[in-house]
Amino acid sequence: MPERILVQGNEAIGWGAINAGCRHFFGYPITPQNEITEFFARELTEIGGVFVQSESEAASVAMLYGAAAAGVRAITSTSGAGWGLMQEGMSQLANAELPCVIVNMQRGGPGQGTTRHAQMDYLSTTRGGGQGGYKTIVLAPASVQECHDIIQLAFHLADKYRNPVVVLGDGILGQMAEPLEKNTMEFDPLPEKDWTIRGMGERDAGTHNFISCGQGGVIPVPPYTSYGAFLRRLEEKYRAMSADEVRYETYRNEDAQLLLVAYGSTARVCQEAVDMAHAEGISAGLLRPISLWPFPADVIREKATSGTEFLVVEDSLGQMVDDVRFAVEGKSQVHFLGILDRHLPTDGGMILPDRVLEEIKKVS
Amino acid sequence: MTVKKELVYTKPELKLGYGWGHCPGCHHPIVEKLVCEVLEEMDLAGKAVGVAGVGCSFGFFASINIDGANCAHGAAPAVATGIKRALYGKPLVFTIQGDGDCASIGGGYVLNAAARGDNITIIMVNNANYGTTGGQLAPTTIMGQVTSTTPRGRNAGQGYPIHLPELLVGMQGVAFTARAAPFTPAGYRRAKSYLKAAFQRQLDEAGLTFVELLSACPPNWHMTPLEAIQWMEDKMLPEYPEGIFKDSGGEQ
Repeated sequence: MPERILVQGNEAIGWGAINAGCRHFFGYPITPQNEITEFFARELTEIGGVFVQSESEAASVAMLYGAAAAGVRAITSTSGAGWGLMQEGMSQLANAELPCVIVNMQRGGPGQGTTRHAQMDYLSTTRGGGQGGYKTIVLAPASVQECHDIIQLAFHLADKYRNPVVVLGDGILGQMAEPLEKNTMEFDPLPEKDWTIRGMGERDAGTHNFISCGQGGVIPVPPYTSYGAFLRRLEEKYRAMSADEVRYETYRNEDAQLLLVAYGSTARVCQEAVDMAHAEGISAGLLRPISLWPFPADVIREKATSGTEFLVVEDSLGQMVDDVRFAVEGKSQVHFLGILDRHLPTDGGMILPDRVLEEIKKVS
Repeated sequence: MTVKKELVYTKPELKLGYGWGHCPGCHHPIVEKLVCEVLEEMDLAGKAVGVAGVGCSFGFFASINIDGANCAHGAAPAVATGIKRALYGKPLVFTIQGDGDCASIGGGYVLNAAARGDNITIIMVNNANYGTTGGQLAPTTIMGQVTSTTPRGRNAGQGYPIHLPELLVGMQGVAFTARAAPFTPAGYRRAKSYLKAAFQRQLDEAGLTFVELLSACPPNWHMTPLEAIQWMEDKMLPEYPEGIFKDSGGEQ
């Protein structure tokens, strides 16, 4: 029997990383993800790992760059303004093709915003928030158990594609406690990391490894012969991710005339609202994207074509709703319920199930 | 008559057969040779990992045969400590950064690496301006020096030069700081002994080590290489004196 414990989502993130074999954390304090930083400070030192409290999130991501270049599994976590500070580093990681995991437990924005929950970094996360148009897989857990499991998947996908992977949670998910079964998940074999920089004496090699976050000019960056060859490689990689890494979950969507689309903690609220709707005889279902990029556009388009309407619920002024509209291609109606529909206008307000039910009734 | 031929000078083995296009009269290639020679003489090539900043050092590790990377502008010390800690202190890790990369955009990284006592070596090449971008005001630009963004010469309104080796002396986590101007044989020997000392202190896990090396930048200074060297003697050396400013001790 796997060990079963009661923990917060933030701590589950930590256990997931440890169970993925990650022994390196670099991070800077910011609410509402401090329990992640504190978890690694406590647990990694117990098992001979490396914990560094960095001087800024820009430094966190730079340290992550170094650790990933040395070939170890490394992670950082942040929120809000810290996510903003990491954007240049995210772009450098993507260019240098360094596998690692970055957790963003979203808080309210923009700017310094609030220290409380929100879902306002969807666009900056799924669109490559830094310079130059890169892509990263973005995974959104919706339970404490999934926080743990998805971190292991994130490390696997990072190594599979030699690319950073973002796990996008939120303040509610980080703070709420649920039972967690700690386990180590099995994945397919991964390519050997023959590109790492650990000192040439660490391997049988006559030539050096060189990791670069830039191309062009006269700098040879093996294996790419030109900037064009490098861009072609990125395009192939992003296309493979789009084709193979779409993940989503559906709930009571058989014959549903209205499909709710929500991710993270908001999806949990919507699940309850769907049950309440069914109790009143209204046929509504839920589609929960687990990968926010690549987005499950095909299944949404398919449903739209057969006449299903959509209600997007997200704790923002409307970000993921754009992806749903793109997927629907005008073939059906897309309704939206957002942060202005919270039960309180304060930063502690939430979109509650009865408000979602009210909207379901309105649009059904 | 038999002529006895003896090889008395050659490029270091670690130096790869191509550079990456520095300007005539630039001293970056001297720094490349210096680093290669020191690594060879200390037999450290197999355990060395280098990190270059953004600017004229960006391709440093494309052109010498040790493991290396470049990274975001200014972030090399944090990347270096990431590598060092990922491998539990095993490799010799050093950075090559320009003065703008190291002292301006990367100043905070240097200060915090120093505060943590990171066991890495920072090599800062100071050419008193931003070379790659065409010669703008740098944190090391000398008072009165004309650059493309100080067309009437740097004045107090544009601030004063930063002297990192002197500045870092007061930091508890710093084991060694020094400055050399490797454009004369004597300066080259000094630079070499400082770099060896810095690497040795790193191997001894004594803390952060920092070596500043002066370089000419003839195109952006609008000088010939020889005029540039004269200017370094007249203007740069008085502002940036050679020497060791802090040394935690040990064998050199």
